[in-house]
Amino acid sequence: MSAALELVTRVRGVRGAMLVSADDGLVVAEQLMEGIKGGAVAALAASLAGRLRRAMEAGGVGASVFWHLQAEKGALLVVPGTTAGGILVVAVAEPDVNIGLVRLELLRAAEMVA
Amino acid sequence: MSTRAVESWTLQPLTDFVKEASVRLVLVLTPAGQVLAQSGFSRAVDVMSAAALAAAIVATTSELAKQLRQPPFAALNHQGRRHGIFLATFATERGTLAVLAAYDLDVSSIGLVQLFYEQLAADLKAASPKGAVPKQVLAADFERELTDSLNTLFGR
Repeated sequence: MSAALELVTRVRGVRGAMLVSADDGLVVAEQLMEGIKGGAVAALAASLAGRLRRAMEAGGVGASVFWHLQAEKGALLVVPGTTAGGILVVAVAEPDVNIGLVRLELLRAAEMVA
Repeated sequence: MSTRAVESWTLQPLTDFVKEASVRLVLVLTPAGQVLAQSGFSRAVDVMSAAALAAAIVATTSELAKQLRQPPFAALNHQGRRHGIFLATFATERGTLAVLAAYDLDVSSIGLVQLFYEQLAADLKAASPKGAVPKQVLAADFERELTDSLNTLFGR
């Protein structure tokens, strides 16, 4: 699992990466810089993922494969895993991070933990 | 959802917790089963049963921890297919308090409940009356105290 997280954290501008249980909102594994509240990010990202999944199902657009929330001081990027029960691969990044590269590494990490 | 408190300082922290953690039912009680506040319950009998059962669980797990020569368990989570139950205790100036929360897995999760429980415990610690000695409920007054509490909790 740490190898999967390292794929993401080695990207310049990524401040941390986590594997989160989608159902429980609990941290499965994490590599975070100091100051990031892993438990809070995990719980809230899982809650958001659940609501997004339901919204997408209701909209008839299928399951989400990647989402990116841009904020003033950073970004939250998530790839919902494909395994049953669901693991979310989450990255917390600087605002000017290379989104495409992080997305690619998140997808690779999700494949690795599946 | 109705949130009511016997001791008013518990009301705001509990209201915030219910909103943030999206829990369905909550009780704030003493380990003896005396209810300080409730949210989501519609019948007094359910509050009485839940408080008695929560107090029994706190007593059982505390004794189990003692037998294992461990400090008391911080929290207990029991998850079913559709619902979860979370029970935890923490110390305040008012004495040890317990929080019992029931949540739907469709709208909440143990991660969310744990996260906002920490905030609730901190808020209750900060709001609890300083230097207050917890009032002992004597057997002779028990029924009257219980009736008064339930009347307050259900706005009668």
